[in-house]
Amino acid sequence: MFEATDPNALQLTSDGQLRHFLTTEGLPRELLTEILDTADSFVDMSQQQVKKVPLLRGKTVANLFFENSTRTLSTFELAAKRLSADVLNLNINTSSTKKGETLKDTLMTLEAMHADMFVVRHADSGAAHFIAQHVTPNVAVINAGDGRHAHPTQAMLDMLTIRRHKGDFAPLTVAIVGDILHSRVARSQIHALRTLGAGEIRVIAPKTLLPRHIEALGVKVYTDMAMGLRDVDVIMMLRLQKERMQSALLPSESEFYKLYGLNRDKLAYAKPDAVVMHPGPINRGVEIESEVADGPRSLILDQVTNGIAVRMAVMSKAMGGQMAQRGELSQEEQA
Amino acid sequence: MNILIQGGRVIDPTQQWNEVADLYISNGEIVALGQAPEGFEAEEVIETDGQVVCPGLIDLCTHLREPGLTRKGTIASETAAAAAGGITTLVTTPDTQPLVETAAVAELIQDRAADVGFARVLPMGALTQGLEGEQLAPLHGLASSGCVAFTNLRRGIASSQTLLRCLEYAATHDLLVVFQAQDNSLVAHGCMHDDTTSTRLGLNGIPEAAETIEVSRCLLLVEQTGVRAHFGQLSCERSVRMIEAARERGLQVSADVAVHHLLLTDESVNGFNAAYHLQPPLRSQLDRAGLRQGLVTGTIAAICSDHQPHDPIAKQAPFAATEPGMSGLETLLPLSLSLVEQQLLELPQLIEALTAAPARILGIDAGTLAIGSQADICIFDPNAEWVVSADSLRSAGKNTPFLGQTLKGRVSATLMDGRIVFRR
Repeated sequence: MFEATDPNALQLTSDGQLRHFLTTEGLPRELLTEILDTADSFVDMSQQQVKKVPLLRGKTVANLFFENSTRTLSTFELAAKRLSADVLNLNINTSSTKKGETLKDTLMTLEAMHADMFVVRHADSGAAHFIAQHVTPNVAVINAGDGRHAHPTQAMLDMLTIRRHKGDFAPLTVAIVGDILHSRVARSQIHALRTLGAGEIRVIAPKTLLPRHIEALGVKVYTDMAMGLRDVDVIMMLRLQKERMQSALLPSESEFYKLYGLNRDKLAYAKPDAVVMHPGPINRGVEIESEVADGPRSLILDQVTNGIAVRMAVMSKAMGGQMAQRGELSQEEQA
Repeated sequence: MNILIQGGRVIDPTQQWNEVADLYISNGEIVALGQAPEGFEAEEVIETDGQVVCPGLIDLCTHLREPGLTRKGTIASETAAAAAGGITTLVTTPDTQPLVETAAVAELIQDRAADVGFARVLPMGALTQGLEGEQLAPLHGLASSGCVAFTNLRRGIASSQTLLRCLEYAATHDLLVVFQAQDNSLVAHGCMHDDTTSTRLGLNGIPEAAETIEVSRCLLLVEQTGVRAHFGQLSCERSVRMIEAARERGLQVSADVAVHHLLLTDESVNGFNAAYHLQPPLRSQLDRAGLRQGLVTGTIAAICSDHQPHDPIAKQAPFAATEPGMSGLETLLPLSLSLVEQQLLELPQLIEALTAAPARILGIDAGTLAIGSQADICIFDPNAEWVVSADSLRSAGKNTPFLGQTLKGRVSATLMDGRIVFRR
């Protein structure tokens, strides 16, 4: 009695194809692997003379950014254009959309423009779910970051970067370092790493930046870098927001850097071939030392390149699922 | 007017009645059980076919939204919903606009309820001016204008000194204080129970300590002042245990729970369904078990609806941006009956928690079918199934997570003061 509904029913069509991409949680391993395989082919293509494919020709992609972001917005825009879609970018000032009714009104206005896909970034956790639940069934929704909840394309570009450098996930020990509490990236990375079978996932942070019961997501918790980085293969750093100093979460940037900033000394705890990643933009001297960020083991620029390929893969898959569903719908109408 | 309620299973814990018998009502009073009084001629006969006949339910916490927020509900719409839910007495919260902090507003609410005539409405007054937690509200005057209890809701009183003075002043006039215990510094921007589900969903959590710290502080000050005190809508197992321990030491404190906290947990929030955005939040399985246990042992005496009707827009936003609360008047009885189905309580015990117990907490003469008492009566079919839908609810608030679900137990008639105020 009184059971909750399956939250993942929303992302998949009845035959298991991707329809919206809202979270990496709960998606089957085969689907994540397919996304990575497709993205791999797009990475290779981006090195060719002609970088465009006609997969989304005639489709309109609307980037709805309720939270400012230049980098994520431009990679989504480039990804959509390389798929030959028409792109509409909307930076929507959050102060004018504090109320839910305006979010819904905004959606209805955009629906009237007959966009086929919404790429959504919003400061509230669950915003992408809300939009997916309320748009007409003809629109695919891609989550470009909602509150602290999820940033699934970032996680998938990280997975692609790891796979291209390390191959199989099973033998890997991966450490995620920094502000886990406020990070949608960390949550999506953890779910993706688990689904793809990573050997061990660790989080390293002071207790003020760790959510309660984070270990329930299947991670080992460390509060000390020397212990946490021992023998890891992949180090994923997170960005630290300046506001965190003002709410008794941390005493100062310098103390955080001393304890949790990744410098060459701390990197030495990890395996000799360990790689370093960061979702950007980086705070040099707060989370990471310049020599490490720019060093030979840093994959930070690969991540940017792979980001475009992963977003192309996700958009083409979601549009495929959407078209398949439209087919089902019109068949139902005919029947 | 003479009314005969024929052939019902009459259950009244205050009289230890649980038998199939006829109930006779005359001029608003219950005049006899079983045998008709001499010369009684029924002008109206209610055939019950063995349905349950019990005292009208008393709901210790409802938000009626009038005056001020009538787009969410009016006294007329919500008391009609109460009657349809078998509730004849409602205690309302002071967070109307304007607040219940003047005699005029307290009287307005009671007058309007009396005009509509579906249910008795007993207002709770603000404990502090503006519910701001700083200056005492005119408690004595408000009590003279019909306020049955005083509360600062979950707005909190940050200064323990101020809280102490509020309790001393209430104790001076033997007034009942209702705590909706919450330490707001620990709530911050929280919108659900702080645990694994909030971690997964990336929603700000409300830790258990937000309630338990405040329960603890209130209990210590109640002990010091001797004020009559009641804790409303507990959500944590540890709160129940603290209140149990205080009662064992002889402290006169009581507690209630909202029925949904006995049935649901924070896991329901998976999928970001804003219908589950509640305050206090749905908590863990352990907390739910503790609340259920508290009800069995009697530490928690009453079950309430914590009815909070909303307009549709209030729930149409990403989870944290929605307004908390669910519409609950019409589901209070069927949801409570599921506790009998689950063999947690016997039916008379449940009826006690919905009638006599809240009357005792408030110190009012209601919640009984004793001969000579006012005829506030609920008649329900415990086996009737119905589907909760926007159309089947009379409340203006359709914001219930039970929409679309089939519930068991449905009110067929409600009488207040010997008048039929609802009949299906």
